[in-house]
Amino acid sequence: MAQPERPLSPFMQYRWQYTNTLSILHRITGILLSLCFFVLVYWLAAAASGPERYATALAALGSPLVVPLLLGGLFSFCYHLLNGIRHLFWDAGYGFELPVARKSGWAAAIGAVVLTAVLWIVLGASLGGAA
Amino acid sequence: MSLRSPLGRVLGLGSAKGGSGHWYSQRVTAVALVILGSWFIASLVMLGAGASHAAVTGWLHSPFSAVMALLLVAVTAYHAQLGLQVVFEDYISDKGTRLVVLVALKFALVVAALIGILAVLRIAFGAQA
Repeated sequence: MAQPERPLSPFMQYRWQYTNTLSILHRITGILLSLCFFVLVYWLAAAASGPERYATALAALGSPLVVPLLLGGLFSFCYHLLNGIRHLFWDAGYGFELPVARKSGWAAAIGAVVLTAVLWIVLGASLGGAA
Repeated sequence: MSLRSPLGRVLGLGSAKGGSGHWYSQRVTAVALVILGSWFIASLVMLGAGASHAAVTGWLHSPFSAVMALLLVAVTAYHAQLGLQVVFEDYISDKGTRLVVLVALKFALVVAALIGILAVLRIAFGAQA
């Protein structure tokens, strides 16, 4: 006898859309930022250990393999910050209407990309100036 | 006949038990991190990428920067613990594994936070470069 049609769990039937993309991105960037926390601690500990250790740490952080990860970390920060503010407004009871939620979602996503680009260029310029 | 109210009979019977304290702490630390995170990124921009050792130690030598950095390290560790706890609870179904991972997570973040705090204090109280 064939299995009767069973109801599916919501996550099995929802269509992929912007809301769940932004939601999972918040979680992924949060995980990446947790890893960045260990990088921050490494950087602080190196600075506290004297100029030689600090120079070693800077060289490690500036290596071609690590720099793209730092860019990912910067984007994670910008996105998690902007989307986190969006979540705080929701927690306070504002911004649930679909048009508003859609606009704030786009603002968080585009804002994060723009903010990351601006900060990366400014930080890169400071590196060029120092060299 | 039971004299317990309908609410009293069901309280604590759900699967979640506690959680409002976790939820509230996550929001409070989030608000704090909006300020602390923005301050840190602004500081990085001021210092510049690849800032010299003297620049970094000079920066953390100021009491304001040192307090902000201590708060950043402590609050980030707490917020990360709260967030990663939810992630692990969602994806690890085995209760034994979950417990081990959650305790390991707490240990790792507390150790990292203490290393970061000690580093900031060493720079703040150390001789100025």
